[in-house]
Amino acid sequence: MSTLTIRDALNQALKEELARDESVFLMGEEVAEYDGAYKVTRGLLHEFGPKRVIDTPITELGFAGLGVGAAMAGLRPVVEFMTFNFSILATDQIINSAAKMLYMSGGQFKIPIVFRGPGGSAFQVSSQHSQALESWYAYFPGLKVVMPSTPADAKGLLKSAIRDDDPVVFIEQERMYGHKGEVPDDPDFTIPLGLADVKREGKDVTIVARSLMVPLALKAAEQLEQQGVSCEVIDPRTIRPLDIGTIVESVKKTNRVVIAEESHPICGVGAEISAEIMERAFDYLDAPVKRVSGADVPMPYAKNLENLAIPDVERIVAAVREVAYLD
Amino acid sequence: MSKQTAAPPSAAKAEEQQSSTGVMDAPPDVDSKKLKQERDEAKERQKDRLSGLSREQAIELYRQMLLIRRFEEKSAEAYVAGKIGGFCHLYIGQEAVGVGSISAIRKDDYVLASYREHGLALAKGMTARSIMAELFGKATGCSKGKGGSMHMFDKELGFLGGHAIVGGQIALATGTAFATKYQGTDQVTLCYFGEAAVNQGAFHESLNMAQLWKLPCIYICENNQYGMGTSLARAMSLRDISKKACAYEMASEFVDGMDVLAVREATLRAVERARKEYLPTLLEIRTYRFMGHSMSDPGNYRTRAEIEKYQERDPIKLFTATLLEEKVADEKTLEEIDRKVREEVEDSLRFADESPLPDPKELYTDVYASPIEPGRK
Repeated sequence: MSTLTIRDALNQALKEELARDESVFLMGEEVAEYDGAYKVTRGLLHEFGPKRVIDTPITELGFAGLGVGAAMAGLRPVVEFMTFNFSILATDQIINSAAKMLYMSGGQFKIPIVFRGPGGSAFQVSSQHSQALESWYAYFPGLKVVMPSTPADAKGLLKSAIRDDDPVVFIEQERMYGHKGEVPDDPDFTIPLGLADVKREGKDVTIVARSLMVPLALKAAEQLEQQGVSCEVIDPRTIRPLDIGTIVESVKKTNRVVIAEESHPICGVGAEISAEIMERAFDYLDAPVKRVSGADVPMPYAKNLENLAIPDVERIVAAVREVAYLD
Repeated sequence: MSKQTAAPPSAAKAEEQQSSTGVMDAPPDVDSKKLKQERDEAKERQKDRLSGLSREQAIELYRQMLLIRRFEEKSAEAYVAGKIGGFCHLYIGQEAVGVGSISAIRKDDYVLASYREHGLALAKGMTARSIMAELFGKATGCSKGKGGSMHMFDKELGFLGGHAIVGGQIALATGTAFATKYQGTDQVTLCYFGEAAVNQGAFHESLNMAQLWKLPCIYICENNQYGMGTSLARAMSLRDISKKACAYEMASEFVDGMDVLAVREATLRAVERARKEYLPTLLEIRTYRFMGHSMSDPGNYRTRAEIEKYQERDPIKLFTATLLEEKVADEKTLEEIDRKVREEVEDSLRFADESPLPDPKELYTDVYASPIEPGRK
């Protein structure tokens, strides 16, 4: 075990997979000579050279499509979006090409590609640079969507994503690159896609949290423990396919659930999880499912407004107390 | 503008007519003398080009063009009869583009196309059966009935689709060219798109990267002069499409798309550049579709006379005349080819008709190459 930041854990995963498989290459804006806008790709150009680590022009639709085409011809591209905000320009290629190619070719063309980069809220960069897009991508059959919340998960899941034969949208959290944690040293350490992780066991209330909400949920659980409420924190890690079984099992035990997410509430992943719980565990619920979501507004710039737009520990605590009928 | 000045280009004139009358029935800009002269000149040029081909090669080009023509005629009939669903974009009139260019590449080279790809799939060697069955939505179709008219694929033959968002395939083709160079092969990619796709960002983004990184992709703009019902004149500021390559310092050529041999020669030059130097090329191949944009096209944006004018430049008519006049083949030989081609198409119809529908279980296959059972460790 080593203690690494999420940034360095991702870097290690990329390094190991580039070394392991010649057909893996990395492309994106500033990934090579600049060493990565967020330094996730630091040192990779130096180690693997310009054939494998490629700076692109600012042309998201173009290089996303180029990546999908390269995957059709047998390569395993890792395409970095400097931030997922810019992936919006590339959605035609991610959705219409990558997600559907295998199906509409009758199973002939698999697309082993990873689209990765930071997403979710960042620090005071306002509306266009601070948003959560996972529900967009999770909507489409053909894509897999992953959102890690710890350095070990980041490394193990990214390695699995690169080895996977399907297109994977891998959303890192911009605020979390510096978070530290224990990471196994074994170069063959991977975490399977589609497997939720119980981040904390408990018996009174289930908190389903992903990405940035996981550390906040854990802090909330600590505070609630002091107040005599035992929380189970579940991190789905993979949004599509969603390990709903693990969530439902927990709900059957606790009978109460809070879903914490930084995305907008409308048509979000939390709404989907809530519907699944309703369909599979309605009779076990002792309170309505409660969502704690990002504000239903474009992200504001001013620090105080930005704080109000993103769920915090206090709001999660309040939601748990509400479903536990404590207030 | 006074009456003495030169007449405006036909497309612009057609536009004026359309805006004044709605449905065009006014006489088009057809100068029959000039037309005859153009046709004679095209014939002379084609005769000169014939010398580079063996008799077998020439006859094979003829056979392929005729196969596409007959296949598409039958597709239209089957569509009207309700055997084919959805959209159906025919290649009639453009046969020389696909046949001439694909005759210039190897079997292991890649072809990517738009949704107007039946003819290109045939030229790449896919069988009439597998394409017709796909049009019929049958399990025996090249994409197992999941793609339809706009999504034909054959991995073995290097036919990489059938893509239905205008311009999307241009970025994909840039990627296959990237991959072959990365893998160190000398394969090339041919990428087909209509002139309307040239206005999309994907075209410009792709050409920029292809020249910047020296990727062996040949971008073939099939300029049939209409993006659905919108003429080039109404949609493009600079209509000299081959010139757009200058923006990327890319090699380019303007080619007569009604002359199969002109297309072949231009593609051969581009292929050599791609194989030997990894350099891309933009070919603007001027052609014309004799049918509507799709089977549901009312056709009220152009005149009958305009279509007839271009039918005088029919690529199959032109090549037939060349083969006969140059004594490469006699009438009997060509008739025999037509008979065989018609038989092949009839056979494909029977095959498609008799083939089973996809098994209902197929609904959920091919969504993922590595399906995941959630929750499994």
